Amino acid sequence: MSGDETRVTLPPLVEPAAELTKDEVARYSRHLIIPDVGMEGQKRLKNAKVLVIGAGGLGSPALLYLAAAGVGTLGIVEFDAVDESNLHRQIIHGQSDLNRSKGESAKDSIAEVNPLVQVNLHETHLTSENALDIFRDYDLILDGTDNFATRYLVNDAAVLLGKPYVWGSIFRFEGQASVFWDAHGPNYRDLYPEPPPPGMVPSCAEGGVLGVLCASIGSIMVNEAIKLIVGIGETLLGRLMIYDALEMSYRTVKIRKDPSADEVTELIDYETFCGVVSDDAQQAAAGSTITPRELKDKFDSGEKFELVDVREPHEYEIVKIDGSTLIPKDRILSGEALAELPQDRQIVLHCKTGGRSAEALSALHNAGFSNAVHVGGGVTGWANEIDQSLPTY
Amino acid sequence: MTITINGQQRRIEESTTLADVLEEFGTPARGVAVAVDGAVVPRASWPRTQLRPEATVEILTAVQGG
Repeated sequence: MSGDETRVTLPPLVEPAAELTKDEVARYSRHLIIPDVGMEGQKRLKNAKVLVIGAGGLGSPALLYLAAAGVGTLGIVEFDAVDESNLHRQIIHGQSDLNRSKGESAKDSIAEVNPLVQVNLHETHLTSENALDIFRDYDLILDGTDNFATRYLVNDAAVLLGKPYVWGSIFRFEGQASVFWDAHGPNYRDLYPEPPPPGMVPSCAEGGVLGVLCASIGSIMVNEAIKLIVGIGETLLGRLMIYDALEMSYRTVKIRKDPSADEVTELIDYETFCGVVSDDAQQAAAGSTITPRELKDKFDSGEKFELVDVREPHEYEIVKIDGSTLIPKDRILSGEALAELPQDRQIVLHCKTGGRSAEALSALHNAGFSNAVHVGGGVTGWANEIDQSLPTY
Repeated sequence: MTITINGQQRRIEESTTLADVLEEFGTPARGVAVAVDGAVVPRASWPRTQLRPEATVEILTAVQGG
């Protein structure tokens, strides 16, 4: 892993501010006495405008450290509200922030960490229509979103505007991070030209994430952001960092521009590009989806049917609907479990929220179980609408 | 000759390309990056990438969480 030939010296991204006040000198003194940062580097941080996409797992530690480091302007793109299941990792939010806007909650925490930081909230979904306008005012973007569609949107918008961005993603015990800057090196599409097929790679909501992993990857992202702004060190541009928390290993692999990659010329429909739910699943679900209430009615009427939970065993252990049988989705998709399904009654599938059960439903329809249906909203919908004594996760 | 793919040793024919090895290993066509000896090989180059003896192939999966 020598890779020296791929490394490029990047100029500082941001011009220095005119001065630091007496208070700022006091606050940032431990930065100022590092020769590589010094007064000039800190003035560059003061002048920097950084946009963070998502105040969630990665955005939480990233925003706190960017603020503490003295980045003068922080933008936050976030539309969501704080949920109890966020608190094990999204440390910018606390107990008293439950149900508040994540943007407002993050802004308050930042003000407590460093009142000198200007925070701009963009409380909206990032879309192909608004991304370029939002990005335009910033020097650098940090991508800490939780879905492939937004990740490709962030990449393409950054490419079109010629801006660098720091990228990180996490799943269970593994994290990946890099710097993408099409003007000087590879972009995200040179690494992953297309997203995986829908359903192949679970999200954190489906697969889980070790809370502290957010800090491991979020701090790498801030580290790279500071280096880009100040113009020091070797950034991750042209390299992918892979962190494995179980092995406790950090490795890098080189990434180079793919000469055969299609040029990014415009923003597209990213939901369609990523096929959020596959076409097959969408077709299967159309007309074959019942609500949690309709499932309750089936139970109450004494109707004979088979309720199949297609989640994983450890999820079944957290919460289940009484009377359900566990058959994980992959066993249905592979055909292995088809023989276990009864032929003499209707099959009703459910999962956590309805995505995986739609995939499995498509396989059942193809296998001849033509009257099979699935429960839109899954066990989460059941817990919210029918049986509030059940936990959600 | 022998190569290492995701930590497992495999015996392959001399003329085998990266694309052949990935197909045999059941690698999905989308959402993965493949590094050979520490450098990602763009997908379009898989069919014409010859592996050297003792090569290390690593299949990386895109994750979306944040």
